[in-house]
Amino acid sequence: MGAFLLRRLLATIPLLLAILALSFLFMRSAPGGPFDSERSVPPQVEQSLRAKYHLDEPLHTQFLRYMGGVLHGDLGPSFKYQSRTVNEIIAQAFPVSLTLGALGLAISLVIGIPAGVFGAVYRNRPADYGIMSLSLLGISIPNFVIGPLLIIVFCFTLGWLPAGGWGAVNQMILPAITLGALRAAYIARLMRAGMLEVIHQDFIRTARAKGLPERTVIGKHGLRVGILPVVTYLAPATASILVGSIVVERIFDIPGLGTFFVNSALNRDYTMAMGTVLLYSTILITLNLLVDVLYAALDPRVELR
Amino acid sequence: MTRVLLTLFLTVFISACSRESRPPDFAYLLGAEPETIDPTLCSGQPEGRVARTLFEGLTVNDPVDLHPTPGIARSWDITPDGLVYTFHLRTATWSDGHPVTARDFVFAWQRLLEPKNAARYANMLYPVANAEAYNKGTISDATLLGFKAEDDSTFVVTLKSPCAYFLDLCAFYTLLPVPEQTIERYGDAWTKPNHIVTNGPFLLGEWILNRHIRFLKNPRYWDAEHVYLNVADAYTSDNINANFNLYMTGVLDWLDSGGVPLFIVPELKNRPDFHVAPYFNTYFYRFNVTRPPFNDVRVRKAFFLAMEPSAITEYVLRAGQQPAHSLIPPGIPGYTETQLPKRNLEEARRLLADAGYPGGQGFPKAEVLFNTSEAHKQIAEVLQSQWKEGLGVKVDLVNQEWKVYLNSVQSLDYWMARGGWIGDYLDPNTFLDMWTSQNGNNRTGFADPEYDALIERASRTLDPSERMHLLNEAESWILNKDMIILPIYYYVVMNLYDTQDFEGLTPNLQNQIVLKAVKPLRGHRGKPRDIHAPVTAAS
Repeated sequence: MGAFLLRRLLATIPLLLAILALSFLFMRSAPGGPFDSERSVPPQVEQSLRAKYHLDEPLHTQFLRYMGGVLHGDLGPSFKYQSRTVNEIIAQAFPVSLTLGALGLAISLVIGIPAGVFGAVYRNRPADYGIMSLSLLGISIPNFVIGPLLIIVFCFTLGWLPAGGWGAVNQMILPAITLGALRAAYIARLMRAGMLEVIHQDFIRTARAKGLPERTVIGKHGLRVGILPVVTYLAPATASILVGSIVVERIFDIPGLGTFFVNSALNRDYTMAMGTVLLYSTILITLNLLVDVLYAALDPRVELR
Repeated sequence: MTRVLLTLFLTVFISACSRESRPPDFAYLLGAEPETIDPTLCSGQPEGRVARTLFEGLTVNDPVDLHPTPGIARSWDITPDGLVYTFHLRTATWSDGHPVTARDFVFAWQRLLEPKNAARYANMLYPVANAEAYNKGTISDATLLGFKAEDDSTFVVTLKSPCAYFLDLCAFYTLLPVPEQTIERYGDAWTKPNHIVTNGPFLLGEWILNRHIRFLKNPRYWDAEHVYLNVADAYTSDNINANFNLYMTGVLDWLDSGGVPLFIVPELKNRPDFHVAPYFNTYFYRFNVTRPPFNDVRVRKAFFLAMEPSAITEYVLRAGQQPAHSLIPPGIPGYTETQLPKRNLEEARRLLADAGYPGGQGFPKAEVLFNTSEAHKQIAEVLQSQWKEGLGVKVDLVNQEWKVYLNSVQSLDYWMARGGWIGDYLDPNTFLDMWTSQNGNNRTGFADPEYDALIERASRTLDPSERMHLLNEAESWILNKDMIILPIYYYVVMNLYDTQDFEGLTPNLQNQIVLKAVKPLRGHRGKPRDIHAPVTAAS
């Protein structure tokens, strides 16, 4: 287990390096630069700007300078938001995305897992069909449709919740539901499939034969194995919820990092784009590692080497 | 497992419950998140709006007609040759208690011109003697600059040549004073809410990224008794639909076109809180006059005479925009803009035939370039079909992402390209000096020494009517004579606000929002608005 972790962690370093080098190259090969604007600046001013941000140096020097900063935990100044550093922007915006993502994920688990178990236990009965139809709906309707629909109902028709913004609890409800709906539906389906497979296995039959109450059979023995597909899905789900919250952030005007992820590339805010790429790839890699570890902890049949 | 989930959920939930802050007296849409709020370095509308709220310059634009009124300068004398301005400053203090002196202006203006600071709008000071040379690095002796502090309350400016709109420029945001001590102490971080020192009607309360900027009334401001808002929130978002929702649910009290979705305009037009007003902003197409077929003025004129922009204003934009008959929008006192001829298909076809393309035959490849946007696309499609029907020529439409588009236009890699221009100050010159051969905003390839001389002559002319006459000649030059651009329509200001709730929001030509002038009337803001108001009002 220890050796496994160490090996995986070591493998992360060249992977991140490669990601950063590629993003750096792609970013710089895009036409236009961070200081282009509808109003031109005198060439001398542009030169001073480039010098201030070291853009006048050869590309490899810039990359090394950037990597040096990254090693010291400094992601550099933002080219667009001149009075802020990338570290500051991430520190302000990422907790927002993280909160939104965590709420969305929590909602999807709280709804998805019980719904899936319920569907499996009452398989092929009306309740099961009901849940599965609902989940099909959840998977099919994109969040840019769900979001505005929720706004129309809860903000304009009922007037219960605010239509956007961030900070108060009531501003988080609709975005979290919008973000969680698709995953809830997906998790319900995975959970149901996982449970169905488990329910027919010998150890469940044994548990029942021992006379254990059905609640314990399903809730304790069944769930532990039946949840494995969900756990596997959790890593990509978390990643996609964090990275993919951009649409929800847009609909509800939430000041999260998703906006920067997209706009920094459009604005040619080189350091900001690199910073978000670095952050998101680190998250993705860590989550994948976490799933492998969790897998071993949950399923006695899996051993990490 | 359940317990873990529950703990996770609760932790997140509790951490999410931030403190409830005091509701503002007025909340409005600022625009996109400001890139900076350092007045010297500002270069856009949202940035300028913040700078003008926090700082006050020598002069201040009147909230309604924008003419320069006394700000920190209580009065000024101008020599008869129009070259020397002596400003007499009033007694005013910075928010840290230090007095605002003429030296603060010397510091701020020199900082603006310092080449290493790379201020994008340093050229606003170019009318001042030696300012351009200093900014461009040709001279490095700051004592040669044409401004000095004679004493604490007297600031003297010497221009290189008369400048009729210099007092307007003094109200411009890059010319605002900045606090020397604070900047020296904190460097680039001086604009953080806990460091910043200001001299305007409001203080910076908080600045939350992509959410809002909170302004607090500045008790030390010299005219504090005429500031009616204690707390004002400026929302920073470029999200049109979400902003509109915030207005309709009563969170925002004022917004401009940054919160008006195009598709909803016909419905909004019937609302009493929808205000449409002229804007100092024109939508046009640039011609690349160095590339065939548009290197031939006859082709450019044919394209102009064959188009009917009213189809765009009436069916695409629909808010009351007017088809443009000039580059300079109407509304400058003392100036009559050029009147271009109306659509004339016969003449257009004749010109095209003269240029060697009778009925559009043999017309080479040509494209309209615009930055990716639904509105730009629809406008281009209308024009494309008008040119096809009227002239028998086929032009292709090409959209590019913003930065790519800027790059293409800058490097003259286009045939025709969409453009827009908001005047920086209320004078025709702001729309005309950009077409001189050395100007970086020209981007058409047009270079005519005679035109440059004309602009130069106008700038040196003291007599106002003679000067306006020369500027009119210049406008006619680039339109009637050389047709280097196709004016399409004049933008309008589209603001949503309820006149029963607030006073002082009357739209002006630059859509500046002057927070100092805003006065709450009923004091019951924050209520959702009636979505159905327009429908009932219309029927």
